[in-house]
Amino acid sequence: MSVPRFWRELDTRYNLIGSYCKITKTYHYPRRSFNPKAGRESIGSMKDYQFKGIGKIVNSTVVYQAQTGYEMFGPYCMAIVKLDEGPMMTTQIVDCDPNKVKPGMKVKSVFRKLGEDSESGILHYGTKFILSEDIEVEEDNENLPDIEV
Amino acid sequence: MREVSIIGIGITKFGELWDKSLRQLGLETGLAAISDAGIKSKDIDALYIGNMAAGSTLQQEHVSALMADYCGLTNHNVPATRVEAASASGGLAIRQAYMAIAGGFIDIAVVGGAEKMTDVSDSESSYTVSMGSDEQWESKAGATFASLHAMMTQSHIEQYGTTREEMSAVSVKNHYHASMNPIAQFPFTVSAEAVSNSGLVSSPLRMLDCAPNSDGAAAVILCATEKAKKYSKKSIKIIGSGQASDTLSLHHRQHLNQMPAIRVAAKRAFKSCGKKVSDLDLIEVHDNFTISEIIALEEIGIFRRGKAAAKILEGETKLGGKIPTNTSGGLKARGHAPGATGIAQVVEVVQQLRGEAGDRQVKDAKIGMVENHGGTAATAVIHILESE
Repeated sequence: MSVPRFWRELDTRYNLIGSYCKITKTYHYPRRSFNPKAGRESIGSMKDYQFKGIGKIVNSTVVYQAQTGYEMFGPYCMAIVKLDEGPMMTTQIVDCDPNKVKPGMKVKSVFRKLGEDSESGILHYGTKFILSEDIEVEEDNENLPDIEV
Repeated sequence: MREVSIIGIGITKFGELWDKSLRQLGLETGLAAISDAGIKSKDIDALYIGNMAAGSTLQQEHVSALMADYCGLTNHNVPATRVEAASASGGLAIRQAYMAIAGGFIDIAVVGGAEKMTDVSDSESSYTVSMGSDEQWESKAGATFASLHAMMTQSHIEQYGTTREEMSAVSVKNHYHASMNPIAQFPFTVSAEAVSNSGLVSSPLRMLDCAPNSDGAAAVILCATEKAKKYSKKSIKIIGSGQASDTLSLHHRQHLNQMPAIRVAAKRAFKSCGKKVSDLDLIEVHDNFTISEIIALEEIGIFRRGKAAAKILEGETKLGGKIPTNTSGGLKARGHAPGATGIAQVVEVVQQLRGEAGDRQVKDAKIGMVENHGGTAATAVIHILESE
């Protein structure tokens, strides 16, 4: 992904910044300047909101044929997570046996490396999730954010 | 509004066509359709091209002009337009031509779809297909196109108890149909055991649940019905057309096991011609994964929600059954060349309604439906065809 395209969404990806619509009193992720449900009235009424980063698994799958850039993780768990505040997002569930992830399980956000453009290209970081029951288990070192960058 | 008919069809073999370029495929199929219709290039008012991915697979945009040029239509400066809606590009290209003719702007249009998915590696073509979902918030987060459909499948299983055996029946049936289709990529049967034991792609979806990324092209000639008789004695009328959109991301939908855009597009198509589900003799649906065929049949209303999978296993959608579905072999076994797929589906229904489908002919077929969608059904387009 091009640098500006990634940079533009940095806080959304790093810190789970989305939007709160003052009109419908609903939360949105990723950030939106317009709430499709509220229409034009919502312009100017969308406030930045940092999600707590906790939620539940709605559904999940174990990916055996990895997405480009995720080959090193395979097989890995992808899930749709419903955040505590309401919106849903697609995310990788890490640091656990991917086959053990089931609907209803509680999850918590973690800051992780998403991928890199090439050996000399930029590194992409973002949010992934872990099972919140599993917080104490040993971290997957390969997965830890690279502090130098 | 004027009535619109299909007066010519053309299709290439689907598969790994390494010796053929996009422009060769387009020309081959376009010429076949033009000869079938009995028209001349000066009769053509417009060209519509369905193509999803030439930019990412071939580094070639401006495919409309490319096709017009290589098909010899620039001699008459025929207007050419490319239509892109992921895997619904072909169906949507037909709808654009349909509307232009129905609206009285033009009389005859060539609608062609072509795609080259095997000029790049498997991982590149898979990434290209996943661009039909949300690249930023699905694909880049690690979700393959198969993984999104896997979660739809899982959700369907949890709510309705859909079984492995039922899912395999979709693939088995489509391969059986393809075994009678000379242009199919996989013209052979597979056993339920082979499907159920094929390698996992994204649990619970296995290799033989998934359509391939193919090369291929298809074309149809659309003509105002009032002028169709002048050219063709075997024209097929497009009596209904409907289109709908939905959220680009699966995670923004209320139900993971539904595809509302198909439901709305089908309603609109039925409403546009006053027909109902029971009038259909056959249907082609967009089975990019086995779950998609199951959900599509439920959304269109062929079967009640949660019941389609069992009916497929019972054989109701097989040739000779109550509502033969994907007699072409579907995306799974005929092959899936995104921009061409929606047009290939229409070609199949036209062959059926003309009574030219050979061994896979549906007896006394009069009315057929085509369901084509893009992404996780963020775009759905449906046409209803009737023999005259």
